[in-house]
Amino acid sequence: MYARDAGVAVGSAAAVCFPADAGEVAAAVRVALRHGRPFVARGSGTGLAGGATPLDDPVVIVTTQMNRVLDIDTDARVAWVEPGVLNLDLSRAVAHLGLHYAPDPSSQQACTIGGNVGTNAGGPHCLAEGVTSAHVLAVDVVLADGSATRLGGLEPDSPGYDLRGCFVGSEGTMGIATRVAVRLTADPPRVATMLCAFDSVDAAAATVSGVIAAGVLPAALEMMDARITRAVEDFVGAGFPRNAEAVLLVEVDGLDGGVDEQVGAIERVATANAATLVRVAADETERALLWKGRKSAFGAIARIAPDYYLHDAVVPRTKLVNVLRQVYAIAEAHDLIVMNVFHAGDGNLHPLLVFDRREPGVWDRVYAAGTEILDACLSAGGVLTGEHGVGVEKRDLMPRMFSADDLDAQARLRDAFDPDGFANPEKVLPRGSRCGEMQRVPEGAWI
Amino acid sequence: MDLTGLDAEVLAPVGARTQWEVGGPPPAGAREVHAPAGVLAYEPADMTITVGAGTSYDELDRVLAEQGQECALDPRDRRATVGGILACGLSGTRRLRHGPVRDHVLEVRFETGDGQRVKGGGPTVKNVTGYDLPRLFVGSLGTLGILQQATLRCRPRLPYARWFAAEDTTSVYRPSTRLWAGAEEHVLIEGVRTDVDAQGARFAAHGHMPALPVGEHRGRISVAPGVVRDCAHALGSDVRWCAELGVGTIHVAADAGAALSDARAVAHAHGGWLLREAGGEPEDDGFGRELPNIDLMRRIKTAFDPAGRLNPGRLPLDAVVAS
Repeated sequence: MYARDAGVAVGSAAAVCFPADAGEVAAAVRVALRHGRPFVARGSGTGLAGGATPLDDPVVIVTTQMNRVLDIDTDARVAWVEPGVLNLDLSRAVAHLGLHYAPDPSSQQACTIGGNVGTNAGGPHCLAEGVTSAHVLAVDVVLADGSATRLGGLEPDSPGYDLRGCFVGSEGTMGIATRVAVRLTADPPRVATMLCAFDSVDAAAATVSGVIAAGVLPAALEMMDARITRAVEDFVGAGFPRNAEAVLLVEVDGLDGGVDEQVGAIERVATANAATLVRVAADETERALLWKGRKSAFGAIARIAPDYYLHDAVVPRTKLVNVLRQVYAIAEAHDLIVMNVFHAGDGNLHPLLVFDRREPGVWDRVYAAGTEILDACLSAGGVLTGEHGVGVEKRDLMPRMFSADDLDAQARLRDAFDPDGFANPEKVLPRGSRCGEMQRVPEGAWI
Repeated sequence: MDLTGLDAEVLAPVGARTQWEVGGPPPAGAREVHAPAGVLAYEPADMTITVGAGTSYDELDRVLAEQGQECALDPRDRRATVGGILACGLSGTRRLRHGPVRDHVLEVRFETGDGQRVKGGGPTVKNVTGYDLPRLFVGSLGTLGILQQATLRCRPRLPYARWFAAEDTTSVYRPSTRLWAGAEEHVLIEGVRTDVDAQGARFAAHGHMPALPVGEHRGRISVAPGVVRDCAHALGSDVRWCAELGVGTIHVAADAGAALSDARAVAHAHGGWLLREAGGEPEDDGFGRELPNIDLMRRIKTAFDPAGRLNPGRLPLDAVVAS
């Protein structure tokens, strides 16, 4: 169970431990160091990039026992939590105060805040609110040498370098979070959730670009294509039209005037792009059902095929129509089924290649198609990952986005935190990232 | 900008000198280098803009305004350059709603102390590919690299903005800023006109942007938002101040350097710190306390600038002067 996360890479652990507090985390790290073993932090293991996959027989340090909400400051809108607190549990714990924790990954019922910090996790509502890094004020950490310290603070600025900013999203390669101070967000006074349906993916994608171009920045703007929409309908019956080629789930929030104006603007853009349906959820029940449909997408896929490979790339929003066409063409060329359900508003694609691993040779085709899709995204001015992280999955693709000097600079930062490379080794940066690493002369080989 | 041929020299990146005294003193005898100015790419429908680091905020804002957008970096002096704003990392007064400087930066391109040309981050509005060099760069005071260009996130410019004043404005939904200089709170509300007026209807309409304190000796206190009022009340009568409620920044100014040192002591007593922005006592290193995690910060500095050529002394990574 601890040999992998929700991604495809599999490793093996030398030992697995479940610390109850920061002191035990530090002790576990020191034990690993004493035995010359690396260590890997792990939350719920919902990551999709193999970031928590144990490589080099490390000690796996699982933080799920550290799951207390320690303090909630309603006035300052700050909560201190342990890393094993589940994302949705945090929002539930502050709901009665009219507050919530804004980043909301689709796995929010299962994923931990510590894991969210590790990957700098996103979610549908990060379109307007920003991803995890914008919501983490301070992190108490155990560094790679076993020492404990605080990065960042409750004050708005910390003196010197933004170590907190470096740590968030470092995928466990700089240490382990033991306490996290997160910013809480006020619930909006009004929320309008819209469902728009289209006869083509092009029209839906053009609507996304058009909404942003019209100066509207919704709270969330999600897209689902026909295959995934039908699968979700079969699974949960969320009320999505089965005959649509693509649907958009658009949410705007705030005060009455702004909400009405944005709903109107979105209706106009959707209508101009020949939407076949534009509907505003009538009540909270309908709204919750629409979101349940969106967040059940990955569960619904099991009805199509037993396995799926989910990608995570970002393209400029103006390139969505063109890149989506390429995604479908690439899948077709490899004789694969692709389904698209993604954070369209910020251009964050999640193409799902569905397959049955029992089919001989299918994985090679899936992998080849996935890499071609990423290349198409990069060619359009995009990036390799928007919210899932690099992990081991995209590690060797990093040179497609970064030059040797770029990677060397990243390696320098990582090494400053972890000079001996004990924290989650073999992740994020490919071998050879450090300048001169490839030319290093092996010990004893005098030339 | 090409730094080759400048190998042996100490370098100091220069923008518009509007924040020239922020932090430690500028290195003496340094060779000054200037980044190119100008818009390199702007796609309004993507809400991203790429500019040379030497571009002034005034120019950036003018270009974005033509498309109904903005990037709320809000420097006190609009002549400040994007490079200077990022290097100093001082957020503007609308941070409460629009976020700190570091959250506006998507990609940076800079040259390290040992001459590597590095790109960090990425051009899209969402990106977690690799380590977060843009955030590392913001606030690094030019000690890790010389910034050449940056890609910034823009937002639609909100159509209407109005100041209100009241004893207590905590109930406002998403205020852009709440400023307090000891009497009434002044709150800026931005949005659709009907919403702004409806929210402000219960407040006095005479609100205005209070002048931020000016003086030869100037700085900003950073404390947890929960203690900002206590901290401000504890400041001496020779310190002029204006606090950003909900954020924890207190802008302070005084006519004597000693008063700034006293304000720093008050900040420390409230669990915060004071960054010198101008003036101060001659021995003021800009920070007045040892940087937290200084060993780690030293390793980062050495990693990007092994010979210590970039803005030595701007961050007190070596000796610390007691305040």
